[in-house]
Amino acid sequence: MTTIRIPTPLRPYTNSQAEIAVSGETVGAVLGDLTRQHPGLRQHLYAESGELRAFVNVFLNDEDVRHIRGAETPVKDTDRLMIVPSIAGG
Amino acid sequence: MLTITQGALGAIQAHGEAAYPNEGVGLLLGTADGEGKTAVTALPLPNTWAPDEQANRYQVTGVDMLRGEKEAARLGLDVLGFFHSHPDHPAEPSRWDHEWATWPWYSYVITTVARGRATVTRSWQLREDRSAFDEERVQLP
Repeated sequence: MTTIRIPTPLRPYTNSQAEIAVSGETVGAVLGDLTRQHPGLRQHLYAESGELRAFVNVFLNDEDVRHIRGAETPVKDTDRLMIVPSIAGG
Repeated sequence: MLTITQGALGAIQAHGEAAYPNEGVGLLLGTADGEGKTAVTALPLPNTWAPDEQANRYQVTGVDMLRGEKEAARLGLDVLGFFHSHPDHPAEPSRWDHEWATWPWYSYVITTVARGRATVTRSWQLREDRSAFDEERVQLP
């Protein structure tokens, strides 16, 4: 199964697990499986519009999936995804 | 509560002073348990906002954040939050800090750099409902 690494602040919503095994054939599908397994993550990853929050980046083997095919990016069982925020302020 | 070690505070202050009159930014790395968080080091990252607006804006790309997360993992530490400087402004979250905040739990450490010298350092956490920042208790060295 594909593995997703969870950033520290979101681990309270995954029973303290740092890595979650997920199934699905695309980035969108595995993120869907992740939030089905751990529904508390949804509000922190997705805006009310249903889109990923603007600061949420998903890296597939170190490449930003926005630069591949976004949610349609294919994933394999051996792939590893990381959820990483980008930050901004004033 | 957030404990900031001498090493981490020194790095935060030095980066804020080096970036002055612009904002400096980076990651706070350390350990966390049920008692609180301890920042043992601070990792400066590039401010990629437009150069002519860096006196009151900062941005760190996802790629640089990924690099920081990997450095934390290499050191056996967690990313506890972020630090940035407010040149000649109070160490309180700005409207933009709130608007672009990420997740609750992270520490947002803000340091005033007044006329080039780091002075006040405070820390803030986003509320669970994202409605505001609350001040986090900080133990400085």
